[in-house]
Amino acid sequence: MAKTAEANKTNYQGQMHLLQKELMGNYFNQMTRAAEHGEGKAAYMLISGNPVELMLAFDLIPVYPEINALQLAVKKVALPFIQKAEEIGYSMDNCAYVKADVGLFLGDRKTPFATIPLPALILCNYVGCNVYLQWFEHLAEYCDGTLYNLDIPFMRDPSGKPTAADVTYVVRQLEEVIEICEKITGKKLDYAKLKRIVALSGETGEIWSRIKGLTKNVPSPFDSYFDSVTMMAPLYCLRGTEGGLKFFETALKEMQEKVDMGQGPLPEERFRFVIEGPPPWPYLRTFRDLFSKWGAVAVASTYSTVGGLWEFGFKHDSNRPLESIASHMLEWNLTNRNFLQRYEQIRRYVEEWSADALVIHSVKSCRLFSAGQGDMREYFTKELGIPTLLVESDIEDPRYFSEAQMKNRIDAFFESLEHKKIVRGAAAAGGAT
Amino acid sequence: MIYAAGIDVGSTQTKSVIVNDKLEIVARSLIDTGANVTKAGERGFTDALKASGIRREEVVYVVGTGYGRYKVTFGDTQITEISCHAKGASYLFPATRTVIDMGGQDAKGIKVGEGGDVKDFVMNDKCAAGTGRFLAQAAEALALPLDDIGEISLKAKNPVRLTTVCTVFVESDIISYLAQGKKIEDILGGVHSAIAARTISLVRRVGIEAEVTFTGGV
Repeated sequence: MAKTAEANKTNYQGQMHLLQKELMGNYFNQMTRAAEHGEGKAAYMLISGNPVELMLAFDLIPVYPEINALQLAVKKVALPFIQKAEEIGYSMDNCAYVKADVGLFLGDRKTPFATIPLPALILCNYVGCNVYLQWFEHLAEYCDGTLYNLDIPFMRDPSGKPTAADVTYVVRQLEEVIEICEKITGKKLDYAKLKRIVALSGETGEIWSRIKGLTKNVPSPFDSYFDSVTMMAPLYCLRGTEGGLKFFETALKEMQEKVDMGQGPLPEERFRFVIEGPPPWPYLRTFRDLFSKWGAVAVASTYSTVGGLWEFGFKHDSNRPLESIASHMLEWNLTNRNFLQRYEQIRRYVEEWSADALVIHSVKSCRLFSAGQGDMREYFTKELGIPTLLVESDIEDPRYFSEAQMKNRIDAFFESLEHKKIVRGAAAAGGAT
Repeated sequence: MIYAAGIDVGSTQTKSVIVNDKLEIVARSLIDTGANVTKAGERGFTDALKASGIRREEVVYVVGTGYGRYKVTFGDTQITEISCHAKGASYLFPATRTVIDMGGQDAKGIKVGEGGDVKDFVMNDKCAAGTGRFLAQAAEALALPLDDIGEISLKAKNPVRLTTVCTVFVESDIISYLAQGKKIEDILGGVHSAIAARTISLVRRVGIEAEVTFTGGV
């Protein structure tokens, strides 16, 4: 029996990660072929609630400058690109994703993972960030791609629901995008194909949501921040494809196996936390180790919902493809949601995923994401009595990460949680006798 | 007799204390941390041992703290200075509920429960603005010994309003006030007011509750 468990463990590590590597490798190779041999046309989009299904229906290759920028950071080669952008006038405080991407774009667009193709379509699908809006405008300025800015109304109502007019407004714009895509590709929209792609997205999202539900188990089978990253790339780059669906089916099977075997990402799960904010890509491993050392596992993360929020009931509907894409763009992704919704999402995570604490990682070069996190910390600490730690570095720029300071804060935070645990344990033991 | 020791390898200075089994402080030492963090821990501890005549083997438990805590390789455990300040303040003043720690590069506000457990804490971020280093820079700019500036600043009648607590820019700020003919005590009064205002806003984030205990070199 023990042998089977051991064998399964090896299988788990192998299958999901190998499949991810293979599929993402294919995705990046497709980009390189488009860039170097003109095989296919590229559409640039942002991660937050995008209409990738529509692009795939036209066989356009989805390219995400955010993913390219973060890959540069993970591979620790972002800084020269950032500095290149700063040399031509981008400010030190400007979003480091933008700078890394602009630095890359203005060169030969070669990276250690792919050569990035020039865009036929530059589709800005998220306007909640005015910097992002200008990012895509700048890219359009530097090349011949067609620019289209989708205007997605922010979820301004406390209920977090879009109005019927909001949905119609977005659907009308998607129809304009369809016309543009028809011009770029020279072919008419194949509506049946779009429906099949949207159905694939629906199934993929549903499985992803089930995977995320598995971290309610004790121990959690994976880390919903650091390990979710492995699953987020296929979710964004391969959603709406057979390969993407296959990846998530494999991942679900393996995570379920881990649950059945009582395995988690660490030898012992001592603390469960929820984490808000994007990770420090240049120091991802270092950052993870600071938590692992304490036996702390992230059981839920808001970051894993920046591209879409499936765990609270949303599913792409192939019977209403455009409306359902619009609904995803408007309502079902983190960054288009208002702060009350963000609070509520975190509160549900803490309660339903049985977490001990909340950690907020604030991003220095993204004030838009980070603004309000001070209040958020106050709300969770003072109003809800949930121990909350706020730390700060950056998603992309290695110059903002100070390991000694980060370690000090994280250590002190878990020391106090440890103390609480001991006191509670002693009280429970006292009560029992 | 058995003893325990605490060694705080801070960013600026290394502090060591040895306590006896009644938790009375029987020896202490204070040295500059310098470039070799591991050596600073050892040297601080050895100095305290020498001063008290206590033998190394009589010290049964050693705790390392401060930024260099993991370099106290001979220590039994490492604890952040945040937990240590809370515990220490609460031991000396049991009614402590808020600790304000002003160190060489850090300013911290710590909310403390009964028995010295850390309920919440905030710190300055990645920048030594408004900390001990800021005062040291100010003293240097005025060519005064650091130990004297507190007393001089108390004579201020019209403290200047410093626009920044930036440790880098404080020097040019001070020079510009000197050029305007401001008195040294008024400039130093401004320096201290600025650091106090900055600290209060930091500590308010955890909530200020009586009693407040001050720790740290400043």
